Amino acid sequence: MAMREYQTVSEIFGPIVYVEGVGDAAYGETVEITLPSGEKKKGQVLETSKNMAAVQIFGNTQGLDTKTTSVRFTGETLRLNVSDEMLGRVFNGLGEPIDGGPSIISKEKIDIQGAAINPYSRAELHDFIQTGISTIDTTNTLVRGQKLPIFSASGLPHNELAVQIARQATVKGKSGGSEKENFVVIFAAMGITNAEASFFMRDFEKTGALERSVLFLNLANDPSIERLITPRMALTTAEYLAFERDMQVLVILTDMTNYCDSLREIAAARQEVPGRRGYPGYMYTDLANIYERAGAIKGKKGTVTQLPILSMPEEDITHPIPDLTGYITEGQIVLSRDLYRKGIYPCIDVLPSLSRLMSLGIGGDKTRDDHSGVSSQLYASYAEGRDLRNLVAVVGEEALTERDKKFLHFADAFEKQFVSQGKYENRTIEQSLDLGWELLAGIPEGELKRVKSEHIEKYGRKFRK
Amino acid sequence: MGKLKKISGPVVTAELMSGSQINEVVTVGKEKLMGEIISLKGADAAIQVYEDTTGLKPGEPVESTGNSLSVELGPGLLSGVFDGIQRPLSVLSESGSFIQRGVSINSLDRKKKWDFLPIMKAGASVSAGDVIGTVKEFDVEHRIMVPAKVIGKIDEIKSGKFTIEDTIATIKDKSGKTVKIAMLQRWPVRIPRPVKEKRRIELPLLTGTRIIDTFFPLAKGGASAIPGPFGSGKTVAQTSLAKFCNAKIIVYIGCGERGNEMTEVLTEFPKLTDPHSGKPLMNRTVLIANTSNMPVAAREASIYTGITIAEYYRDMGYDVALMADSTSRWAEAMREISGRMEEMPGEEGYPAYLTRKLAEFYERTGRTTCLSTNGDRIGSVTAVGAVSPAGGDISEPVSQGTLRVTKVFWALDAALARRRHYPAINWLKSYSLYHDDLEQWYDENVAEDFYDLKNRAMQLLQKESELQNIVQLIGPDALPDKERLVLEATKMIREDFLQQNAYDSIDAQSTLTKQYHMLKTILHFYDKAAAALSLEMPFDVIVNAPEKQRISQMKRVVEADVEKTCKTITAEIDARFQHKG
Repeated sequence: MAMREYQTVSEIFGPIVYVEGVGDAAYGETVEITLPSGEKKKGQVLETSKNMAAVQIFGNTQGLDTKTTSVRFTGETLRLNVSDEMLGRVFNGLGEPIDGGPSIISKEKIDIQGAAINPYSRAELHDFIQTGISTIDTTNTLVRGQKLPIFSASGLPHNELAVQIARQATVKGKSGGSEKENFVVIFAAMGITNAEASFFMRDFEKTGALERSVLFLNLANDPSIERLITPRMALTTAEYLAFERDMQVLVILTDMTNYCDSLREIAAARQEVPGRRGYPGYMYTDLANIYERAGAIKGKKGTVTQLPILSMPEEDITHPIPDLTGYITEGQIVLSRDLYRKGIYPCIDVLPSLSRLMSLGIGGDKTRDDHSGVSSQLYASYAEGRDLRNLVAVVGEEALTERDKKFLHFADAFEKQFVSQGKYENRTIEQSLDLGWELLAGIPEGELKRVKSEHIEKYGRKFRK
Repeated sequence: MGKLKKISGPVVTAELMSGSQINEVVTVGKEKLMGEIISLKGADAAIQVYEDTTGLKPGEPVESTGNSLSVELGPGLLSGVFDGIQRPLSVLSESGSFIQRGVSINSLDRKKKWDFLPIMKAGASVSAGDVIGTVKEFDVEHRIMVPAKVIGKIDEIKSGKFTIEDTIATIKDKSGKTVKIAMLQRWPVRIPRPVKEKRRIELPLLTGTRIIDTFFPLAKGGASAIPGPFGSGKTVAQTSLAKFCNAKIIVYIGCGERGNEMTEVLTEFPKLTDPHSGKPLMNRTVLIANTSNMPVAAREASIYTGITIAEYYRDMGYDVALMADSTSRWAEAMREISGRMEEMPGEEGYPAYLTRKLAEFYERTGRTTCLSTNGDRIGSVTAVGAVSPAGGDISEPVSQGTLRVTKVFWALDAALARRRHYPAINWLKSYSLYHDDLEQWYDENVAEDFYDLKNRAMQLLQKESELQNIVQLIGPDALPDKERLVLEATKMIREDFLQQNAYDSIDAQSTLTKQYHMLKTILHFYDKAAAALSLEMPFDVIVNAPEKQRISQMKRVVEADVEKTCKTITAEIDARFQHKG
């Protein structure tokens, strides 16, 4: 293709550069911009028409001018070189190595936008992932290929929880060497602080997980528009490793709130009609294009499991970011400030938390036959106990019936013993279920409506005095 | 032939397009992506493209097809899985696990031969909508109808095995022109298929879900809305309806929803059997799967594709139930496209025509006398539209626009879902406006006292909500025994009747007979207990009556034993409370 280099920048507005007289820029094409200083930056065509192309710049626009800045159209959409060599490496938000190592050389250059998995080609998910965390394994079970976000807020220990899951996650019953070897973590950081990033790096290094990981880091002081690319880089790598290289991939995306804010920044710069809270109307579609890149495919061994983390602004679960996320993902793990203040780690509030795919991953042949019953009994009893707390606040504990008092005490015990666990405490699903039975022993047997009576005999009897 | 002028996301502008029509299908670019003209200005056309537009350049060709966006209708639809513009996903999957662009394939299999059985003879006068013959599509008698606008005499009609493109009959119309009839027919999706007349609503669409069939029934030909925040069980409710409702044909539209969930439907339906026919559920189902990451314009079209297929089976004289999950994603697709066209936005950025589009869609439902001159066929399209309001707040435009046109409202409630009370339909907020239309049917087919029972149960639930306000302030012990008994009764109604486990093979669906006996037994307990209470039986004795435990197990009793079991429990209740009295 002929050289398509232009020095016809007509307008620079926020992160968007308008180039005149182009005529044949392709939608989504990448460009390389040479600043008057000789510095080079990357960009992508956002809108193209007969005589004008609007280009978003990855990086800050300082130093650009309308006179000598030159824009070269590459004729390619954004692509990433992928290979096994990426394991153990650290990249920036645009997929360029920042660990001092060599560039990734590969025959496989993949378009990072990704294509939708044909719903017909998707395989049913069924493998239980044991995270070693009671509240997740028992009441919000994660399965391979699921996308389960952590809804957190600033100041809550979502990062600790994420590394603990990354460290402990195994597929039950097959925790032998081969399974573990095929397990990789892809970590995409968007706008998190240096301190947070090094927390992840340190933990990965300490546990030896780094060599089984690929890191994409866009930190708080990196250009915000890059963040729109970072998760796509991570997921493109994940899809390659899972569907071409048969690996079990866990993708941690943090923090999706920063991603959405970048999306809003671009939309505002383009003067688009804003939707709720200024976020663009297409944010649902855009987020779906990220979150839907999880799952399993018929005839392929690997899977992509996603654990996106987002901080809810003002802890408002109805804010557009958690709201739209919740509509796309298969459930959510919600962290609670109240539990955190009580000193409970991990401060997972099981009531608003949910795993939609739970029923696919549990049961006699996968976890244990009493799993479903115990989970729903724990949940219902805790919900009742929590409701009673409100009542107690008004009428005092003395006004409660004996039965109600038991539920109230159950809720306390549930938080202190079941929810709470150590950062390095790795509970098997059997341990978690037994712990559940132990706590349920405090509740009259007639009230255990959600567990089968044969399961009470088989698992619960030994805890009941 | 036009040329691309501007590309910005899923909406592109083409020039030199004079002579094109609104809603005309065009091919865009060298890859021939499929698109539809949505506005015209001079010779410029704005086109929504049903595929990803990345890589398109100004100057690439845009070609008109002369057709409007249409679906293919004919044998082979059932058990099919299509995307929003009716491309068969099973065929697409042969070329890779990821959906590729610019693939043009036929919606229906052209090679398969079907056994066509004529029911009309040469020489017969026919007009649009008349059934000329049938084809067996699984267990459904697929009726081949004379296409729209055709009137004349059958010249020739064949019998035997044909592909859907073969001519099975010829009709000589009034002007003497010969029209060839094949099984394959097309219909533009944005135009409702004609009917002779709309009929009165009088039959219930039974769903097997107790709270729906008993308290908030849906009628054949009706429409209902299920709004609810995420996690409140919309999709479970929708698939449960698709599985158990007593419609002949199910059209399930996964509009902008999760890929893994569609897979669940796809793997589960072929394994499940239709409780009414005993055959695999898939054999009566057409699935439209346009997941959230598939192109947004195709999501907009998916709803129309689905309802047109539903109307087609209705025209054969069948009851069709259409599930749209979720109409909010459809509305958002309209919003996104409208935004790209820089239209003046209405409320919350949605286009000003949102409510009109919603109303037009729901108006395509109904119970109808089908277009025909040879015998009356009655068919119906019933729609169940899930709505996903932002933050669960139904004051938003999609929920409000939907509630204005649907007559049934099943209010999903996050608080109930959080208690794992499923289906999380709030009994105080939901409503059905079909009670009066259906009363006669319930009287004749269930029991004459059914309406009384359900009204009494609802009054108790209403009373409970009043009492709860007091309990919140002073605790349950402060209530008089009579009112505490009401709370006991409503707890039974809630836990032992309304709650239903969609994953339990027995509990997942109940016939109306079972529902009737269950409700009757609970209310019988309440009546007898209340009588015993007034005869000074201690409250604790009543509360601890073992029959309560038996009642809580009723939902797990198989259909065949329900009546017997309930009679036994009733007798036990009588004995217990009589005795002490």
